[in-house]
Amino acid sequence: MRIQLAYTTPAVSPARATQLRPEIESFHVEYCAVLDANDIERWPDFFSADATYRITSRENASLDMPVGLVYCEGRDMIVDRALAVAHSQMFAPRHMLHVLGIPRVLEEDGATIRAQTPFILMQTLIEGPSTIHLCGVYHDVFVRQEDRLLIARREVVYDTQILDTALAYPV
Amino acid sequence: MYQSQAAIGITNSQKNPPLEECVWPADALNNIPDWVYTSQANYDREIERIFRADTWNFVALEAEIPNPGDYKRGYVGSTAVVVARAEDNTIAVFENRCAHRGAEFCRANQGNTKEFVCPYHQWSYDLKGNLQGVPFKRGINKVGGMPPDFKNSDHSTRQLRVTTRNGVIFATYSDKTPPLEEYLTKEIVDEFDVAFPGKKLKILGYCRNELPCNWKMYHENLKDPYHATLLHSFLVVFGLLVPGIKSIVFADKEHGRHGFMASSKPDQIYATVAENDKAEMRSFSDNLRLKDERFLDFVREFESPWSANMMTVWPNLIVQRQMNTLGVRQIIPNGPNSMVMQWTMFGYEDDTPEMTRHRLRQGNLMGPSGFLGLEDNEALKFVQEGLRQSSTDNNVLKLDSGYVGTTRNLISEACIRSLYEHYRSVMDIRVAERAA
Repeated sequence: MRIQLAYTTPAVSPARATQLRPEIESFHVEYCAVLDANDIERWPDFFSADATYRITSRENASLDMPVGLVYCEGRDMIVDRALAVAHSQMFAPRHMLHVLGIPRVLEEDGATIRAQTPFILMQTLIEGPSTIHLCGVYHDVFVRQEDRLLIARREVVYDTQILDTALAYPV
Repeated sequence: MYQSQAAIGITNSQKNPPLEECVWPADALNNIPDWVYTSQANYDREIERIFRADTWNFVALEAEIPNPGDYKRGYVGSTAVVVARAEDNTIAVFENRCAHRGAEFCRANQGNTKEFVCPYHQWSYDLKGNLQGVPFKRGINKVGGMPPDFKNSDHSTRQLRVTTRNGVIFATYSDKTPPLEEYLTKEIVDEFDVAFPGKKLKILGYCRNELPCNWKMYHENLKDPYHATLLHSFLVVFGLLVPGIKSIVFADKEHGRHGFMASSKPDQIYATVAENDKAEMRSFSDNLRLKDERFLDFVREFESPWSANMMTVWPNLIVQRQMNTLGVRQIIPNGPNSMVMQWTMFGYEDDTPEMTRHRLRQGNLMGPSGFLGLEDNEALKFVQEGLRQSSTDNNVLKLDSGYVGTTRNLISEACIRSLYEHYRSVMDIRVAERAA
């Protein structure tokens, strides 16, 4: 599960990266739209059955520490997380807004694509200012199933050293 | 340090009284006045009388600095310190402040070094915080420089006393703090040794968050079993803590300041809750079921009657053991209205890879996104927001009224009472006289 934080040259040609980028962007757009609509129960639909999902700090990633704020092995755990957030957890109402940078295509191997995309996650609490809640990079492995991409592995690596209070929704 | 509430974080001056107005209500055991959480003057006195007085403050785990030269940044109270392992394998804790002009010289969270050099004027310190070198100490061509009587040994960093137990490092400012075991008291040491039996620890990672609440609220929260079944519907629904299971809320017998909240989960995964208890718990739902039940597996790895034990060691440490997820949380006070929580998750060096993954999966319960952790953070924030601006100024502490300290009853505030009895005595707080 080692995360590559240092710069490495992509293993995919610039021309091929340009072809794949819109496909990844289409994926991100819908993924973020679901989360920004607080429609958390649709969130697991973006993952393959054996997908892993983890949110961790850059500090942990650079020390090769395995812990996650959210740590899911398999879509079943991802579904459990979605249900718990939707139906069992108490937190103040809020709106989240994901603002993504340009996806960087690193590698293509058959139906598998490895990419990185920077994000800023804004949070707006009721009666609160809009704040930058997290910023970081998605380290993704996508797998193409039929005509769509699914996440096989997403590592959300955030730079934010001190998180404000809590992270209620997935990123 | 960090303040998420900068935009709206104003406290009414009435809630920020000077010390002479900080008087506890006459019925002291059953009430907590708001200024305990909001007064800057009271907070300043806490730093002096608690964090810099006769207390052992958690600073790090030995597994974080296993080799000579290893160091990490830490805090005692809100004061930045460096925790380092010297060449002779001893552990030193000293203030992260250059003796010259006050710069916080150690900037990396952790690393390995032979010495610390202040970047401003390059004064250098050894791994115990002793001043080693001062550039141009004798000036240039004997002009300028330090006076002849300047001795390096008079200008070291402020060094703290250090003690360890089974891989956990504590520091104190005071010469009078008793040995750690005496400070903790016997029952606390016994429970402490369950998670820290002397086996080598394996650090699994960190996280840090700011809670816009007073630091004492976190202690109270772990001496308040009442909230556990009401706020944490996840705990109840999945049978980790249900009304009527075997549990204890313990306060140390000597001071009532340390404590633990422990419970023993029944073997079945999902809870059976009596109909009349259900009616009392609005957040309870019978319909939630997990798709991946590995999450709730409990590997019985400890000699302990408790499947979960959340321990508070006054003034700044929480030892978390919830089934197989283990961690320490350090409370870093950050003014009366804010605290930073630093979480360090761990397992043991002899864990199998599958056991490590199990701990990581179960870690979803805790932390700023944890099924339980999230809710405490949110609730404590609501409390601080509620009391900063309100016209009333009192908190009611009447559950299990008349009892102070250890209880086997979940609907009790007896351990919060014992904590504040101790607090009033070390803080020398006046209690109002009862009206005749």
